[in-house]
Amino acid sequence: MSSQSISELLQTQVQQAANDGRALNIIGSGSKHFLGRQCEGATLDVSKHRGIIEYDPCELVITARAGTPLKEIEQTLAESGQMLAFEPPHFGEQATLGGTIACGLSGPRRPYAGSARDFVLGCKLLNGKGEIMQFGGQVMKNVAGYDVSRLMAGAYGTLGVMLELSLKVLPRPAATITLFNECSETDAIQFMSSLLSKAQPVDASCYYKGQSYVRISGSEQSVIEAQKKLSGENLSQHSHFWQRLREHELSFFNSDKPLWRIMVKPATAALPIDGEWLLDWGGAQRWLYSDVDASTIRNIVQQHGGHASLFRGGDRSNNVFQPLAKPMQRLQQRIKTSFDPNTVFNPGRMYAEI
Amino acid sequence: MTAEISKHSPKNQLVQAFQQLLPDEAVLTDAEDLRPFECDGLSVYRRLPMVVVLPETAQQVQTIMRLCFNAKVPVVARGAGTGLSGGALPLEDGVLLSLAKFKQILEIDPQNAMATVQPGVRNLAISEAVASHGLYYAPDPSSQIACTIGGNVAENSGGVHCLKYGLTVHNILQLKIVTVDGELLTIGGETLDSPGYDLLALMTGSEGMLGIIVEVTVKLLAKPERAQVVLAAFDDVSKAGQAVGAIIAAGIIPAGLEMMDKLAIQAAEDFAHAGYPRDAEAILLCELDGSNAEVSEQIMTVRQVLKQSGATEVRSAKDEVERQLFWKGRKSAFPAVGRISPDYYCMDGTIPRRQLPKVLQYMSQLSDEYGLAVANVFHAGDGNLHPLILFDANKPGELERTEEFGRKILEFCVRVGGTITGEHGVGMEKIDQMCVQFHSAELSQFHAVKEAFDPEKLLNPGKAVPTLHRCAEFGAMHVHNGQLAHPELERF
Repeated sequence: MSSQSISELLQTQVQQAANDGRALNIIGSGSKHFLGRQCEGATLDVSKHRGIIEYDPCELVITARAGTPLKEIEQTLAESGQMLAFEPPHFGEQATLGGTIACGLSGPRRPYAGSARDFVLGCKLLNGKGEIMQFGGQVMKNVAGYDVSRLMAGAYGTLGVMLELSLKVLPRPAATITLFNECSETDAIQFMSSLLSKAQPVDASCYYKGQSYVRISGSEQSVIEAQKKLSGENLSQHSHFWQRLREHELSFFNSDKPLWRIMVKPATAALPIDGEWLLDWGGAQRWLYSDVDASTIRNIVQQHGGHASLFRGGDRSNNVFQPLAKPMQRLQQRIKTSFDPNTVFNPGRMYAEI
Repeated sequence: MTAEISKHSPKNQLVQAFQQLLPDEAVLTDAEDLRPFECDGLSVYRRLPMVVVLPETAQQVQTIMRLCFNAKVPVVARGAGTGLSGGALPLEDGVLLSLAKFKQILEIDPQNAMATVQPGVRNLAISEAVASHGLYYAPDPSSQIACTIGGNVAENSGGVHCLKYGLTVHNILQLKIVTVDGELLTIGGETLDSPGYDLLALMTGSEGMLGIIVEVTVKLLAKPERAQVVLAAFDDVSKAGQAVGAIIAAGIIPAGLEMMDKLAIQAAEDFAHAGYPRDAEAILLCELDGSNAEVSEQIMTVRQVLKQSGATEVRSAKDEVERQLFWKGRKSAFPAVGRISPDYYCMDGTIPRRQLPKVLQYMSQLSDEYGLAVANVFHAGDGNLHPLILFDANKPGELERTEEFGRKILEFCVRVGGTITGEHGVGMEKIDQMCVQFHSAELSQFHAVKEAFDPEKLLNPGKAVPTLHRCAEFGAMHVHNGQLAHPELERF
């Protein structure tokens, strides 16, 4: 079946669902099914809408259908010495580009290179009325119209079905090393925060089991020079440490307790919540396994200016993301309605009301 | 009798309410007081507002918005008024809300590399205030000594360093906005993401259509250890265009990558004496920044790539003075062109870089066809073109021919996969060209998004997104006798 007929089929399915007042659950490969709230609805399978449409390394842009496997995109980019600089987690062999952007997931390089949404340049979208629309484009600078494409990043498919995406890509660094140091959590937070005002080619940093880890990437010579300035032991490349962190494959992630994603300002001191902690993104994204009840966790995190989401496990019929204040909740509901007036797409996946 | 009616007119009631809220000098109604607010940087569009208000607290903005909302009076927000698309053009029956008094830097947080400022703080003032911490705010629109951060957010401003460091949208964390009905909302957060939809991206570049920005938290970056610029000359514009792709294919992301054609080179050289080769058909300025070692390695690579691409001359700035001089020529290209022609139109399209030779060739054809010269300055790294069409408004029909020429350029940008505006915004100026770039489904979706924020369409109505009925003539930045609205500012 041609991609044109697949997108027309998707369009028809959406139009019928909108007419019948039925809900649809947008699924790529299902690798991120565990994220967000449980939601009802018939499956809208977008995984067959796949394939790279355009890629010219000189333009630093790739355009692909949303169902394209992330692996395929990364391999294609790697052949030209390029990458998705936000280092997206896959959480599954068949993870798709669309699912990655819909969940707005970024990996260890995020604080230094930008997030999934930062790299979105344009998208072709199917809204809740079954209209196909094109926003943004394939160029770096584009201020015509509201930035609807980036709004799709992290919207968990509740605003529309992404059909095609254009992303900015970057060259892979010529050299990379990782240094690790034994230190206390307090020292690690301070150290990682100090990196923010140092002109060093750092592109990942985390703290885990009494060790801080820093990844340095750039030209051969600049990595050697930075290594002299940032002390620490050299971690073997063979450990695939950052990839295992990104995919939640480190031994830290072997736990049956609920896994919380805690977002705070990077220099925030250790939070007083019982559980096992791993600090990624230079301290800005913290993983917590804890049995402490959800409202206590949220209150403490909120007092520290952050927000908490239940990433894996726990009660997924209740709030998974930090609840929104009423005026913001109402605004977000109106935005949802503006794209999906009949509440076709993934109802309740993010919040009960959207 | 007449006086009695006007005293109780809705306008007077609103003005009186403003006067109770704000000091006398912060509510302007006399024509001579309104005059400075009649236009922004695109001075071809001028209109006096009904009243100008200059609040200084978020609470005052909230009250103003509630008053206007209840009276169903439209509101146009304004920062420094340096915008180039008429986005801050007032409405005759509307309130012009100036954020000029919001000048405070509220917090500098070097540990988290962020700063919270009021919207009327100038772009460059942020970098100056945080410099002692080794930090800076990356986006650097050409008007950065005067333009304010609130306006930067409203326009999603760029600059010469976008390819490497992104636009405004990539460099802000949190906004506080006042909604059309006077509610104070926090958009985004001090954390790297925030729960719910990413409204921060939606607000950025929304041209005052969705809310009034009253506070901005920006991300700060560590100042690079070193910056170095290389100048390359070419005897053929296409070769220069291909060299741009070759630099990027070599795995290098320059901090800035700018191109000028012969007419622009000569005008800039005569004006700034930057040492540009006057006989070159095109020059490239390639700035590299980062660690000392990285810059050294990249300079070697870039020099080699430029030579392989057929550069007739490759020169590295020998010191900081020469680096600044190289940039001075580029940054004074607009006023320099203003000296050699009575008038010029500045366009602002973006194209995929590979289309550059095609677009340049098309422009040169049009130039012959219309008998009007074009000088090209170009943010080559990110594909953002600024063709300057030279004309004389005093010659009958020449303005109209120029407008048509400009229209064709922007239509061509869209046709080759680009956009009608890279960084100047749609505003009033390109409202009709939006019809070329978007279909009715997309335009309707934009209106639906607007309605979610502003159901009564009171925020900057008539700008940025055309109604479905409206698809008339296009406009462009019109500069008469070299008189740019802010001639003191660098324009690039």
